[in-house]
Parts: sequence; C-alpha cells; structure tokens
Amino acid sequence: MSSELEFDDIQHILLTRAPALTGRYEFLSFDDPAGGRMWLARILDKVQSAKDAGATFASNNRWVTVAFTWNGLKALGLDIPFLESFPPEFKQGMVARAEILGDTGANAPEHWTAEMASPDLHAIVILFARDAEERVRCEGEHKKLLLECPGVRVLSSLDLEATPPFDYAHDHFGYRDRLSQPVIEGSGEEPTPGSGGPLKAGEFILGYPDEEGNISGQPQPDILARNGSYMAYRRLEEHVGAFRDFLRQHGMTKDDQELVAAKLMGRWRSGAPLVLAPDRDDPALGANQERNNNFNYKNEDPHGYAVPLGSHCRRMNPRDTAANMNRRRMIRRGATYGPHLAEDATEDGQERGIAAFVICASLVRQFEFAQNVWANDRNFHELGNERDPIIGNQDGTLEFKIPNRPIRKTLKSLPAFTSVRGGAYFFLPGLKALKYLASLGSTS
Amino acid sequence: MSDDAKTHDWTKPAAMALPKEGYFKLEQGRYGPTYPRTPANHGFTIIAKIKPGKEQTVRDYGNTIEKAVAADPHCLAVLKLHYLRWVLFDIGTDTYFMYQGIFDTDFDKYTEDAVALFAATGITTVFTNLVGFPEDWKTNPTSFIKFVREHQRPSFLEYGEYPFVTAEEIKKALKLKASFSTMLDQMQ
Repeated sequence: MSSELEFDDIQHILLTRAPALTGRYEFLSFDDPAGGRMWLARILDKVQSAKDAGATFASNNRWVTVAFTWNGLKALGLDIPFLESFPPEFKQGMVARAEILGDTGANAPEHWTAEMASPDLHAIVILFARDAEERVRCEGEHKKLLLECPGVRVLSSLDLEATPPFDYAHDHFGYRDRLSQPVIEGSGEEPTPGSGGPLKAGEFILGYPDEEGNISGQPQPDILARNGSYMAYRRLEEHVGAFRDFLRQHGMTKDDQELVAAKLMGRWRSGAPLVLAPDRDDPALGANQERNNNFNYKNEDPHGYAVPLGSHCRRMNPRDTAANMNRRRMIRRGATYGPHLAEDATEDGQERGIAAFVICASLVRQFEFAQNVWANDRNFHELGNERDPIIGNQDGTLEFKIPNRPIRKTLKSLPAFTSVRGGAYFFLPGLKALKYLASLGSTS
Repeated sequence: MSDDAKTHDWTKPAAMALPKEGYFKLEQGRYGPTYPRTPANHGFTIIAKIKPGKEQTVRDYGNTIEKAVAADPHCLAVLKLHYLRWVLFDIGTDTYFMYQGIFDTDFDKYTEDAVALFAATGITTVFTNLVGFPEDWKTNPTSFIKFVREHQRPSFLEYGEYPFVTAEEIKKALKLKASFSTMLDQMQ
C-alpha cells in the first residue's frame, strides 16, 4: 500500500485549519441504526476531504467533520468482530478511563455537563463557520435534516466563539495558541524552526507507517483502517476570574502579574517563549512564527530558571528533555466557547473555556500518556507535589515551584484554573469509511 | 501517578507489606492495574521460562548490555533506573530468567520506553528467548507490555533504607556533596 497521503479521503480536520471564527458541536444519539445510517448518508456530501477543503477555502464558509464513539459504531450496526478490533481504550471510552486521565474529584465524569458522560453519546458533528450568520444557517439546515432521520437525537450542543481580540488565536486567559503543532510528512507543510522534522503520517493517520515503520492494522475491516484517526474531545472550563485573582495575589505590579502568568505557561501571554525572553515580554517574538518555537530545554534552560520544570509548555512538550518525543506528539484542533470576560470585569459565573480535540493514532500511547505522565504525575521532573498548573487536576493542595537564584519561589495551594466539563473518544473515519458505515445493513 | 515524595521522611527507613495482588486498591493504569510506589520506589520482578538451549544466548546479553553502557553510560537513562538484576535459575530441567528492576517511572512507562529503546538501538531484546514472548513485539508494543504484565510477580514486602528517594535526588545530593568538598578545597 502506498504511503502517499490520500488527501481526497482524509477528513479535512486532520490536515487543515479552517479560517473559522465560530462554530458549533452537536452531540448525537442514534435510537435506531437505520436512522443513524440515514443521517450519515445524508450529511456525507457536506463532509470535506483535506483536498477538497484546501481547494475551496476562499469560497467556502463552513467546514463539517463527523466522528463516532465506539457505542456509536455499535449503534450504526457495525458487526461485533469489527467492533472488537478497535483498541481497548477506545472501546472503553473516556468515562471509563477517567482515573488514568486524572478526571477525578471535581473533574470526574459524574460532574460533567451536557450528557457528555452518557453511554448514549454516539456521534459528533463539528461545524466550523466563517461567521455567526453562517453558523446559524447551518444549524437550521442540520435541524431540518434531523427531522427527516428517525431516532436521531441531539443530546447536547456547544456554540464556539473566538474571543477578542480576533487578530490571533488565544484562549480566555489570553495565552496565544497554535504555536507548537507537529507537521505530518508528505502533507506539504513545513515545520516552523525549532518544531522538529515532519513526523511520519502513521503517528496521526491510520494505515500509514509510523515513526517505528509500523502500520497499524486496526481497526477492521480494512476500509476503516485507512485514513482514519482517533480524537480525544475535551471541554475544559477556564475560570478566568480565579486566574486573574491569582495573578493579582502573586504580582504587585502589572509586570509582575504577567511574569506569573508566563511562568505558569512557559510562554508570555503574547506567545513569546520564556527560554528566549526570560525577563520581559517580547510581543514581536511571540507573533513571529520563524522564531517563537525555536528553542530547547536541555542546554538552554536545564534547571528551569526561565521555564519552570512544571509549567504547562514544559509538561506538554518536554522537547529534548524527554524520550521518544516523536511517539507522543498530537494534533490539536478546536476553539474557545462562552462569552469573553472583559479585563476589568469581575467573574460573572458563566461557563467559558476551550472545547478542543487531540488527534492521534493511539489514544493510549499519545493522549493518555500526556494526561497521565505529563499533566498529572505529581512527581514529574522530581517536582514532588505538582501537577500541570493549567490543565492538571488541581484541588488546592498542590504547589508550583518557580526556580530562581538564589532560591526558588513556591506558590502554595494552587487553585484549579480549569475544570473538565466533558469529553469523549471519537473515531474519525476517512470518507470511504464513512460511506461504508452509512451502507451497513443495506444488503440485508 | 507517583506518590508525593515530600510527605515521606527519607531519614526514616520504611517497609511496606503488600497484598497478593501487589496493590492495595485497584487503580487503573493505561495498560492494567497500577502498582503503588513503595519505600523501594517503582519496580518489577519478571519471571519467565527461557526457550530450551538458549541459556548461553541469554547470558551473552549480560555482556551486550555491559558494552552498551560502557560505550554510552547514559544509554539507559530514559528508564530512570536505580538498579537492575538479571538472574537465571533452574526448576527441574527448565531454566528461568528473572528480571528485577527498581526505577522511578511507572510500570507501563518503563515498559513502553524499554520497547522503544530496544527498537531504536537495534538491540534485540533478551525477551525474545523467553517462552511465550510475542513474535510481533516490534510492530505491536502492546503485546510486549501484555507479556511483561503477565509475567510480573508482585512483591509482598519492599524495604527502603532511604525510602521514596529517586535516583535523581540521590545524584543531586552526591553532586552537592562533591561541590561542597571542592568549595572547601578552594578555600584552603
């Protein structure tokens, strides 16, 4: 089998980033297999391949992606031996893997919202839209389609909104996003300086050789084992009020507060990496893709004087201080949701955050490893009593150490700046595989 | 996830008796139950029968590893080891291999890293001489992990004279001691 990427069969979300400022996720349940298959058959022509999306970005206003949970594949009527051919972590689903992921305490699935923990969650349809008008139009169109498909229910939905200012991607805390993304060999993209070489497609797309030269034979039948992938969905609420309070509590001046924010992340909110700009922010560096990812840790910051050893960036991408990095990389997609909280406003209690997808060929080796070993291991880098300050499971008992000369500073009783509000494991089939799933049972 | 080393007092030797399963409470790790960190840190004891006639081949691996470490003393660094012990012993006419390791990462991460290390360095693993070891281990790392888990015999007692201290912390302490000695020398 050729290892050339089949751009016309791979769903666009894997290889492209749509120029969207808004969007909507709808979580579906199929009460009836035939109804589910009818829905899939009818929405198929809206789901674009990477090739198609890439060729029509300028003229298009919306981009659609479809993916299924294991329960969803069962609900569509996939045969049992084929269902069994999926890897165990996907079959079990994110709820069953909660302990491994650190989704315990306040982050446990029993506290999740929008029926995200329900076994009836079968599918997600992801809409990225250029503007709100297009989102509303597509929402209406989808509603009409659902009325025609018996037994297909919307369990919940989530509207996405970019948060101002709109000229660059960032989260509600204000951190610039999309700075460190792996590049797939053969995708035509060039990695930015410092991002490492392109990675073998099999790390992210099923049916291609991975970094070890192996091709995963899962899942079966073969049509499902080619051009698909797995997506871990995370709905992460960001407690913006608590975050800003914390910065004020630990920083007397605006500059001090910015430094605390930078230390937690490993980058200034502008995106400028602390390794390259350890003392003061450098927004021009943060915005410059040729420079903003061009650094390492082993020789440039071995003790964490610039980037604390437990900071979010250092945990999620330890670069040259971890083994087998090329087997732990992940593609991130997604957006912010909820209203913007103005800089001078007090916490309004409304939910806002990030609703993101981590895309990888092996959930257990890539996504679960990052959650289990990097984000939530209290003894990462011998830190003893820390978890990831941004996405780790924080219950107020842990700390965050900021190395400094002559002595380090320890921030005690770190509050939770984020809470897991939902999540699921999805299988993201290629287009031919989607057609196959839509046609299940059609011969009987 | 590791226990909090800071809540333990390294000056106070500690012993931990473990139930038959090797853990007190079933906690799921990525590939199976999580074994707790003990006063002797993380570790395992793998015991498996070797294929007939392979005793010398297995023994030769001792030399292979010795040479590899001599050539690059940090070639096993990723495994975060304190100690390794490889032992061969007979039961009746069969020969068994025992692989005991004490390390500072969790069980599954150790095994994953070890598979990657063997694959990357081109050193085939000593495990290929063991009965029941999956032939497809290179292409199916999960099968390697399954084999290791199936042949792990959990400890029922572990003891640490300086409990819950990682190899990294020990090395830091020794470096500090050496630095102080140098400092005192410089002040003469």
